[in-house]
Amino acid sequence: MSAFLSANANLIIILVKIALLLFIVLTVNAYLTWFERKVVAHMQSRWGPHRVGPHGLLQPLADGAKFLLKEDPTPAGVDRFTYFLAPLMALALALTSIAIIPFGPQPLHLFGHDITLGIADLNIGILALFAITALSVYGVVLAGWSSNSKYPLLGGLRSSAQMVSYELALTMSVVGVLLLAGSFNLRDIINAQAHHPEWGIFGWNIWPQILGFFCFFVAAVAETNRVPFDLPEAESELVAGFHTEYASFKFAMFFIAEYTSMITVSCLCTIMFFGGWLSPFPASWTFTHYLPSVILIPFGLWVIWDGIRYETIFGRIILPGIGTAIAAIGAVFIVFPAVNEFIQGPFWLLAKIFVFLFVYVWMRGTLPRFRYDQLMAFGWKLLLPVSIANVVITAFAILKWGAR
Amino acid sequence: MTPQLAIFFVLAALAVLGALSLIFQRHPIHSALSLIVVMIALAGLYLLMGAEFVAAVQIIVYGGAIMVLFVFVIMLLNVGVEERTNVSKLAGVAGVPLAVALLGFLAAAIARSNESAQTGLQSGTLANTKEISTMLFREFVYPFELTSFLILVAILGAIVLAQREKS
Amino acid sequence: MVPTSYYLILSAVLFGLGVVAFVFKRNVITIFMSIELMLNAVNLAFVAFSQARHQSDGQVFVLFVIVVAAAEAAVGLGIIILTARNRQSLNVERVDLLKL
Repeated sequence: MSAFLSANANLIIILVKIALLLFIVLTVNAYLTWFERKVVAHMQSRWGPHRVGPHGLLQPLADGAKFLLKEDPTPAGVDRFTYFLAPLMALALALTSIAIIPFGPQPLHLFGHDITLGIADLNIGILALFAITALSVYGVVLAGWSSNSKYPLLGGLRSSAQMVSYELALTMSVVGVLLLAGSFNLRDIINAQAHHPEWGIFGWNIWPQILGFFCFFVAAVAETNRVPFDLPEAESELVAGFHTEYASFKFAMFFIAEYTSMITVSCLCTIMFFGGWLSPFPASWTFTHYLPSVILIPFGLWVIWDGIRYETIFGRIILPGIGTAIAAIGAVFIVFPAVNEFIQGPFWLLAKIFVFLFVYVWMRGTLPRFRYDQLMAFGWKLLLPVSIANVVITAFAILKWGAR
Repeated sequence: MTPQLAIFFVLAALAVLGALSLIFQRHPIHSALSLIVVMIALAGLYLLMGAEFVAAVQIIVYGGAIMVLFVFVIMLLNVGVEERTNVSKLAGVAGVPLAVALLGFLAAAIARSNESAQTGLQSGTLANTKEISTMLFREFVYPFELTSFLILVAILGAIVLAQREKS
Repeated sequence: MVPTSYYLILSAVLFGLGVVAFVFKRNVITIFMSIELMLNAVNLAFVAFSQARHQSDGQVFVLFVIVVAAAEAAVGLGIIILTARNRQSLNVERVDLLKL
């Protein structure tokens, strides 16, 4: 057994990483729905889920149980193969795109093997992500068509036309970053921003590429069919667009695919424009390495304090437990400096991803929807020319001043 | 059986199955999906050969744009299942063995040829994308600019053709 | 390592299957898709040769083939839509006369 393990060590490591990452991504998805409902609710001066567990933390579990146990009818007259294929395709593609994202600069040293954080380090990283985005149009259009019904067909066609249109602006807005980094590889893009470690936040790509960032973010929100670009999905909220005829588990697959692509877009934004795992502070300020602990320990103590005074008994047990765990992790970072150094990269990456997810949810709670013709006009007449202009300006700037 | 050979056989089988499915499916949308499978299998083969940029472009352009166009047209024209018409029996009985024989002859000729060079990931001096782009912007710059005209003409043609008649 | 001849045989098989689909299918769109299949088979041969000789010419040519296929698909599908509108049928056997 151990001989088999040591002989196929690379394969086993990759399989374990895949299983772990799948589990983490699905859990983050579930709690992202909780986070969204809570934040949107608080923006609308109400509470959101707060009964199902302490602060509604078990709501995703209840939703999952509902999706699994609900009846799953298949409408008459659907094209069966395509009807079953569409949500599978959407989910598979969304989850595949997480495999390309690097999560930390230093490899983990376990059992004598160097384990890099991130499943695949492709030389064509960004291009592979665009390939996956291009294929995810099929999930939508096939779902809309195979449902054998008017509203899904219209919603599917509109949604896929929107996705194809904004794909162009998406790819063009990234070219500026690629010119600055000189490579498609995501790790190279982050390392290009680390060229001047003393600049800290001012070395990130957001400053030279502010136009590119706005084009990319808007186009990515349109690609993932989120507010304010979710008209094909919301269709005046009476019928749900291309996933009208999909019930419990298949609808859950579309749902997970949408939230996973949200997470992927947030990862891409941080990696390409906000320095990925780089700290915003200059590298010489080594005291900032204690920031994870400084954040986690008080947060853990606050959760304990809030939990002790919670209304239900279940909450009074669970919340202090969670708080203790968080504070313990923070304490571990102080006690073991090697772990602290290792965790710096992933901590900053996760913090920035969290900020972007919050911006996504914030937009959901705040902005009204685009009308469909306004949406298409915006994508073709404004976003695409601006992103092409960004490429031209960046190219001239690099010619004049060099890519740092 | 090296891992590369195993992956090659899997992808090649997938491509051939996709092509066969394109022939034998009755609804055009299923043929379109089979063609997408073929294209993804071919992209995998390009990756196996080390042509990573071409693989990505194949999926983005062919699989993500051209085939989406096909799928849109099939849906908008609402084509149904193909009807059976009378294919001549002689074509089936005599044609298939002839085709297989021709293919076998071709395959034997190729296999016996002097293509002794083995394909695989090459240890080139430049990265694959840089090599292609250098060549594209130096030796092939005229065709590159001409393709932009070609695409413009195609866009104009498609718009004019698909217009509604002004009656 | 996979010998080049394996890739070439696969390319020939796919091309042959494209020709078979082109001859035997009756739906215009399926025939068009078989043309795309043939183009893909040719692309595979190009990339195989490019890797065998360690030059990038083949891959650059593949990019051009893909671009031309895209342009051709756009215009061809425009023609197909027009034909379908005028004759209300996508069966090639009904589109064999210039007279409507």
